[in-house]
Amino acid sequence: MSIRSTFTAPKNYNTVALSLIAIGVLSIIGLWVTSGSSTDPHEQARFWASLLQNSVFFLLVVNASMFFVCITTLAWGGWQMSFRRVPEAISAVIPVVGVICAAILLAIVFGDNHTIYHWTDAEHVKHDEILNYKKGFLNKTFFTVVTILTVLLWSVLGWKMRQLSRSIDDEPLATMDERKKYIFKNTVWAALYIVVFSLTVMSSLPWLWLMSIDAHWYSTMYSWYTFASTFVSGVALIALFVVFLKNNGYLEYTNDEHLHDLGKFMFAFSVFWTYLWFSQFMLIWYANIPEETIYFQPRAHGIYKGIFWMMFIINFIAPLLILMRRSAKRNYGTITFMALVIIFGHWLDFYQMVFPAVSPDKVPNIIYDLGVALGFVGLIMYFTGRALAKAPLLARNHPFVKESLIHHT
Amino acid sequence: MAKKKFIVGNFTDEAVLFPAVKKVRRAGYKLHDVFTPFPIHGLDKEMGLRDTSLHTAGFIYGITGTSTAVGFITWALTIDWAINFGGKPYFSLPAWIPVTFELTVLFAAVGMVLTFCWLCQLAPFVKKDHFNPRSTDDTFVMAIECTSTTNEEEAVKFLQAAGATDVKVETKKTGWWLGNYANEKMRFEQQ
Repeated sequence: MSIRSTFTAPKNYNTVALSLIAIGVLSIIGLWVTSGSSTDPHEQARFWASLLQNSVFFLLVVNASMFFVCITTLAWGGWQMSFRRVPEAISAVIPVVGVICAAILLAIVFGDNHTIYHWTDAEHVKHDEILNYKKGFLNKTFFTVVTILTVLLWSVLGWKMRQLSRSIDDEPLATMDERKKYIFKNTVWAALYIVVFSLTVMSSLPWLWLMSIDAHWYSTMYSWYTFASTFVSGVALIALFVVFLKNNGYLEYTNDEHLHDLGKFMFAFSVFWTYLWFSQFMLIWYANIPEETIYFQPRAHGIYKGIFWMMFIINFIAPLLILMRRSAKRNYGTITFMALVIIFGHWLDFYQMVFPAVSPDKVPNIIYDLGVALGFVGLIMYFTGRALAKAPLLARNHPFVKESLIHHT
Repeated sequence: MAKKKFIVGNFTDEAVLFPAVKKVRRAGYKLHDVFTPFPIHGLDKEMGLRDTSLHTAGFIYGITGTSTAVGFITWALTIDWAINFGGKPYFSLPAWIPVTFELTVLFAAVGMVLTFCWLCQLAPFVKKDHFNPRSTDDTFVMAIECTSTTNEEEAVKFLQAAGATDVKVETKKTGWWLGNYANEKMRFEQQ
């Protein structure tokens, strides 16, 4: 197969993507018929919770791509240059999923149903001492402003980073000074993005979007734990696209060495995720205070026990043992398999973050949620494919490209 | 103890060293080692070295640490001296995870350092010999072992043609290689 420099979607690519989107839409319709249209607020909440879980998860996962681009830019890393267009293309999905996610979140907040976010119920908050204290943070205006601002800033700064990357495709940087200036400009914009990212995903956003489902409970570790979850899935997604493009004869200069580094990221952040997950659990387990342990009661001991421990096994034990060997991280098959396992595992992680609070009495039929997830996967496939096709797959004039071509691990 | 002859050449540039390593191996010379002041990525592959098994040893040490910690704490806190801590069960795994983790890391780290020293034959008071002391500073030093079929003069010329400077033939004692031959007096006498 010849090596090609610009991506054109293979024959079935868009068909698969669109059918996945169709499955997603069908699942949403099915979910609407079985629970969404019901008069019981708990049944309605089950419908919205599924949309909430999937849209937030996939938004944060694609957003991790932009984080990856910016953090490597900020660190003046060169090794990722040979496939950097891949995370860039994935990050082009942020505005799409972002708008969907913001619409869903705002619909939940401004809807009449207060089952998911019961801090939206003004009557209830008045008599609830804890929620009354939290009013300054958990209120509709703040939620709306932060949500819209976040999606907007992610999209705009991500667009700026992609635009910077493409701006030199046809105009090589002739002198050293120009190159230095270009790197400096990249660094500044990446730093801006990282600031926004740390103020959102790494600190306040998961509290607002996810933790406020259990509005009485709080954990300061929650955001980091969410970040670790989505970053490791984000790297897994990048690895999947890299392997896919490699198999189709693209990405000439990406080889085992780059895959090895992506594998290291998947391994390391799986362990990092476990560290945070366990730290959050252990402090609560040790102190054993009822208002804190209430979060883990349905998850670790109640009806969500199976999902909870399965998630732990496939998010920690599997990556730890399977990705430990050097040869496993350099094997396309293993990396593909583990990337799929990791994305599914962290999707389950989000599932058990959201649903025990919404549906404490019975585990909802997970088939529907998987269907909705497939819809989002199709969406990501479709828009990433489009973004990939827009620019050459190698940013050949970037000053650090050579570092990537001779990369060894 | 047996003595061996080596052809030793110096390089200052990675871009020259890499093709030279390839040429030497292709020509069928027995490459003894390349000494560099810092790790050079990809050189091990170029030299045809197999992957180190240090990490396998590390895994075994880690597992040993894990089982030591879990085993000992379980024995101590459930069988030998069971104490009720805040109403928790005697067998409280979450509380032991930090200790287990630390012992895993400790065993793996210390074990790997000692194994590394053993593999490289490093120990206090063991004097190491250098083909060229500048291999700890700014020069890459390549040593080719002379076998019964090696023509020394030819090999010297070959190495010079490959870009090496200061090519010399040196004789060293074998054995606890790395400790025993490091005797400056002996080397002087041999020369």
